[in-house]
Amino acid sequence: MKIDWSRNETLVALVILGFCVAAAVSDPGFLSISTLTDLLRGGIVLGIFAVAALIVLISGGIDVSFTAVAAFTMYVTAMILNAAAPWMPWWAALGFGMGVGACLGAFNGVLIAFFGLPTLIVTLGTMSIFRGTMLTFIGQKQITTLPPGMRDFGRMMLLRGENADGSFYSLHGAFAVTVLVVILTWAILHHTMLGRQIFAIGGSSESARRIGINVRQVQFFVYIYVGALAGLAGIIHASMARVANPFDLVGLELSVIAAVVLGGARLAGGHGTLTGTILGVALIVLVRNSLIVLGIPSTWQSVTIGCLILIGTGLPAWQAKRAAARAA
Amino acid sequence: MPDALVTLDGVTKTYSGITALDSVSLSIVAGEAVCLAGENGSGKSTLIKILAGVEQPDRGKISFSGQTQGPLNPRISAAAGIKVIFQDFSLFPNLSVAENIAFSAEIGAGARLYRRARIRDLAAHTLQRIGVDIPLDVAVESLSVAHKQLVAICRALATEARLIIMDEPTTALTEREVRVLLGIIRRLKADGVAVLFVSHKLAEVLEVCEHVVVLRNGQKVAEGPATEFDAALLTRHMTGRDVAATPPAPLPANAAVLMTVENLNKEGACADVSFTLHAGEVLGISGLLGSGRTALAKALFGLVAPDRGTITLNGKRIPTGNPLAAAEAGIGYVPEDRLTEGLFLTQSILQNIAIGRLDAHSNAMGVLDLPALMGGARDWLKRLSVKTANPDDPVRSLSGGNQQRVVLARWMARSPRVLVLNGPSVGVDVGSKSEIHGIIADLAAQGLGVILISDDLPEVLATCHRVLVMKSGRITEEFDARAVSETELAHRLAS
Repeated sequence: MKIDWSRNETLVALVILGFCVAAAVSDPGFLSISTLTDLLRGGIVLGIFAVAALIVLISGGIDVSFTAVAAFTMYVTAMILNAAAPWMPWWAALGFGMGVGACLGAFNGVLIAFFGLPTLIVTLGTMSIFRGTMLTFIGQKQITTLPPGMRDFGRMMLLRGENADGSFYSLHGAFAVTVLVVILTWAILHHTMLGRQIFAIGGSSESARRIGINVRQVQFFVYIYVGALAGLAGIIHASMARVANPFDLVGLELSVIAAVVLGGARLAGGHGTLTGTILGVALIVLVRNSLIVLGIPSTWQSVTIGCLILIGTGLPAWQAKRAAARAA
Repeated sequence: MPDALVTLDGVTKTYSGITALDSVSLSIVAGEAVCLAGENGSGKSTLIKILAGVEQPDRGKISFSGQTQGPLNPRISAAAGIKVIFQDFSLFPNLSVAENIAFSAEIGAGARLYRRARIRDLAAHTLQRIGVDIPLDVAVESLSVAHKQLVAICRALATEARLIIMDEPTTALTEREVRVLLGIIRRLKADGVAVLFVSHKLAEVLEVCEHVVVLRNGQKVAEGPATEFDAALLTRHMTGRDVAATPPAPLPANAAVLMTVENLNKEGACADVSFTLHAGEVLGISGLLGSGRTALAKALFGLVAPDRGTITLNGKRIPTGNPLAAAEAGIGYVPEDRLTEGLFLTQSILQNIAIGRLDAHSNAMGVLDLPALMGGARDWLKRLSVKTANPDDPVRSLSGGNQQRVVLARWMARSPRVLVLNGPSVGVDVGSKSEIHGIIADLAAQGLGVILISDDLPEVLATCHRVLVMKSGRITEEFDARAVSETELAHRLAS
């Protein structure tokens, strides 16, 4: 197989490999099933968020409100289900969360698709609105008793086992949900005309309008889908943490977007792959976990992630610029 | 006689009191090519928009194949087979050639799933129909302008096009690419597809057209078989006056050498270029796209750093590869793409001119003398007769010709010794073009040296004293502009 060195994916995969080697050298225990399951666990919520951010970036927009949507959804869902529908099974709770998220996403969608406002401004605004509304009118206290459906889901494991040293490892059932989200999104992006239209409006929304693509409708779908994914991620986060903390998640949005950009998506729209996104998420999760293994203080995490973003996105951009200068 | 494909009858359109189209009638028959000529602002774009269903006329009747239409929208027009190829082609740079060609066909067919094999088939088939070979899987952003245009034509053909409207089809093409385009138009006509060329630069497409319609100020001022028109007549109808192409007065034999360029070399772009420029001389450098003419222009102004070679102005060496030093020494550069390289589009006209003079009007503390700065800018606006209601309006509100004047005014405000003009009249209508040529002649008469880089041969012959021909990075020939004909020059460029 030919390796394309100019792709972000290649670069990110190499860095991941490098980190693994460094971590394995400094701690032989790094190469173990429990490390792998830890990493996979760390990628569950981040992965869903990243897929959501990817779709928005491809469509030529940017969404910074999805973490606020997730926090709002998990808190409100936990509250409503506790009060009104404790009988709801786990799958219905997930579905309910997606519904709440989709409604909030639709709010973004109306402002962006039908009023034509800039996506960054709208989502910056709604991020504050969603978060502020929740903290002011709904509540600030953690919900420690989750509804039964979410509690059941929190205990669901795909596999569990015991290491040689007697410690336990397990892979949470929510990992399967993330895999499903990736597959569904891949199918939409690459096997439906809707997905191709998302790429098209990201490439040039004016051209899309001229050949009869209903740009508003496509954008509206994008923000509803993103809202639903964010809602799903919110419910999963609370179920796994076994608590709905309204102060969680917000603040994560820029790292998520960074992971997606690291994987080759362009802020200008029209470009981005799921492979790259998954690699970007993997790298960020790995950096978070392995820096601790390497004995580097966790405060260095953000410095490292920042450097990776600068190098990972700067290098291809610099190469492209040199290529353009040579061509001129 | 069969019903015309498209008939417009007394179509009128006003925008907030300004009449853009004044009861224009027009009909196009299947398999016919029609030239719609007119300057910027003559109503051409409005007419395209009405045909495409983007704008509704205030009065008048439109019929397709003899059937009178109600209010149009883009879908109805597209379904009737009317396809517009916009000047910017409206392609998706991030998607593949195959997808770009098949996208509208698939949407029109109401497809929900992305059918890769079908899309590739359709694209390959359409490319074959016009006899062009472009790889299906490359991203459109990596194609040349000419290939992008072909992709846009294929996209129109992929959806049962009966009338293809081409907006300014030849502006960005070289002579050779125009030949290829004309060949394709002939094939389309043989297939029964009608073509409407809309442009202000139409002499080169006249030979494939049956019919010519000229618009001026929203009115149809001339119409007839294409054989009765030539470039001069078209220009006269478009502008309503004679625009004479008079070559410049010969240079006095004792004109001083102003600038000497020796062995300017940039790997892969230009090879050992040497020439001299005299005071008061307009020197043309002509070459096809890719001949290195733009790299040379940029190297003269320091935007491209040459590997070796020297530039001497008035006996003083200018450091190469440094635009600040070049500007300091008195070289001005008007770029090819004034929109992206030359202007701050959203800022006011005055500011765009004044920006070149910030240093001259600031004191030691870096504080600007605003009245003097703006006064100087106003002065140049007047001298280059930029037509504007309000100099505080953004530059983007101006027409192409006036924008070009603003760029010129900015340089003139710095009183340069040498002006490098790269394609000064690309996208500018005939009337403004001849005015720009007039300005160039005036500047030269004041003792400036002007280097005009262009592949618009009539322009080169009308403005230059000498012409250098550039081919694959080298200056291959030099002509006295008075002693060479356009056909001969075209031949030298292409051979």
